[in-house]
Amino acid sequence: MGIDIKRYLEPHKSPTMSERLDMVKRRFADTSHIEVDQEAFRADAERAVLFLCPAQVFKLNEQDQTCIVNYEDCLECGTCQVGRRYTKWRNPRGGYGVTYHYG
Amino acid sequence: MSDGTASGGERFEVVVVGAGPAGSAAALTLARAGVEVLVLERGDYPGAKNLFGGILYTSVLNELLPEFWAGAPIERHIINRRWATLDDDSQVALDLKSAHFDVPPFNNTFTALRAKFDRWFAEQAEEAGAMVIPETNVEGLLTQGNRITGVRTGREDGDVEADCVILAEGANALLAEAAGLRPLMDGTNRVSAVKEVIALPAEIIDDRFHLEGDQGAGIEYFGGAVDGMVGSAFIYTNRDSLSVGVGCLIDDLIRTRTAPYELLDRFKAHPMVAPLLRGGETVEYATKMIPEDSYSSLSDLYADGVMLVGDCAGLVNPSIHHEGTNLAMASGVMAAEAVIEARKSGDFSATKLRLYREKLEESWVMKDLKRYRDTVHFLLDNREFVDDYPKLTVKLIRRYFTIDDTPKDEVLTELWRTIRSEVSFLKAARQMWRARKTML
Repeated sequence: MGIDIKRYLEPHKSPTMSERLDMVKRRFADTSHIEVDQEAFRADAERAVLFLCPAQVFKLNEQDQTCIVNYEDCLECGTCQVGRRYTKWRNPRGGYGVTYHYG
Repeated sequence: MSDGTASGGERFEVVVVGAGPAGSAAALTLARAGVEVLVLERGDYPGAKNLFGGILYTSVLNELLPEFWAGAPIERHIINRRWATLDDDSQVALDLKSAHFDVPPFNNTFTALRAKFDRWFAEQAEEAGAMVIPETNVEGLLTQGNRITGVRTGREDGDVEADCVILAEGANALLAEAAGLRPLMDGTNRVSAVKEVIALPAEIIDDRFHLEGDQGAGIEYFGGAVDGMVGSAFIYTNRDSLSVGVGCLIDDLIRTRTAPYELLDRFKAHPMVAPLLRGGETVEYATKMIPEDSYSSLSDLYADGVMLVGDCAGLVNPSIHHEGTNLAMASGVMAAEAVIEARKSGDFSATKLRLYREKLEESWVMKDLKRYRDTVHFLLDNREFVDDYPKLTVKLIRRYFTIDDTPKDEVLTELWRTIRSEVSFLKAARQMWRARKTML
């Protein structure tokens, strides 16, 4: 077969989030395409965006309990705005953001 | 919605927003009829921002481009489908493998990768005469009174006027929602899905999934695979990679405080799944929403000078069939046909564009969506079907086939006892009756 079979008997290694994000080609815009209503975020007991976002774009600032938005990591699914309506999401400018190689 | 009229002066008969299967099918159909059509795509190229689990349903595609499989960048045709339910460490599956699916048109079921396929499909529309401009985001709709008269792009002097705008912007339906053309996206009508493309040599995939040549397999997992949430996990074989992912209703992810990528990690590590992935290297991680709008809550899908097609219209079969790309292409074609008819009178008002909805209603698209209109709500109201029942099924079948010198009479008695203690008969009977009507 010409293939090193042993190599394909090793367990699959699941990538970390930063490895996952590094796999995706992204062109960063200067400004964020995601806004968070910080007061609504603070008032939300669940703070769902912190775990719901598939790219971990949202992080909690422990000091002032605000939401940090790493918009450069966004993979543009839109889940955050649907999950909780205090994130306002726009498309990144044309030609910016994610370019999938496989899709 | 942007207010006012256009500045910049570009004008096309039709502007299509988004170069996915729905948008390109509309553009191809329009271009062939000699309609001046412009497709605006916000990605670097058509397909750059497009994603699905991995199965392309191709009945409509084969009508548009007969025997497309000879030239299109598709991966494999699916001859093996498996629907599996998991508990913590076991699997029970229904497995369908058929030589019927190994000959044209291959059961209209292929695996594909969208960055490649969508690019090719948009090129077919271009060759037919459509103009496709990438790297262009549509920020708003131009209006005159209630009528949509064009689009405002992010480019300088970027307004484009049109007799008709076809919104094919995908599941994250920002324009359609902002313009009040569809109900709000919410946690009960949107699934959030994550997927990895995991590279493996074609020979390893052939061997591991019992395939040869261009044959492919599609496995869907329920129950314990997604922690009893409304959703599913999947493995699809591409030529030399696997598409592996999970998708769950957003409200369920919030309710259970589950991160989608953690769910994916758990699924990949399941003892019945991990051996299929051995030696595979993840080469891409991606995410998208999937619409599961119920037929009952769909908007009209048309208004003066505008139509909604594909995911943005909510045209995905939410049942076990999970078809989307074929509904998208069918809607694109029907919207185009409505334009071609409206063009004869030069009237693109809602009265004329209603033809689009009528065509959808007469076709399998709306017949299917109508049939499964209550599927999602049924599952939300009868969680046993996604949680307890799948797990119980695995448990019962495992016990039935467990060899430990228990006389089979006693095994059966024990199984009945288990069922009686875990299932309320009257309730289950009622549920099964309703399930037959909403899910089958």
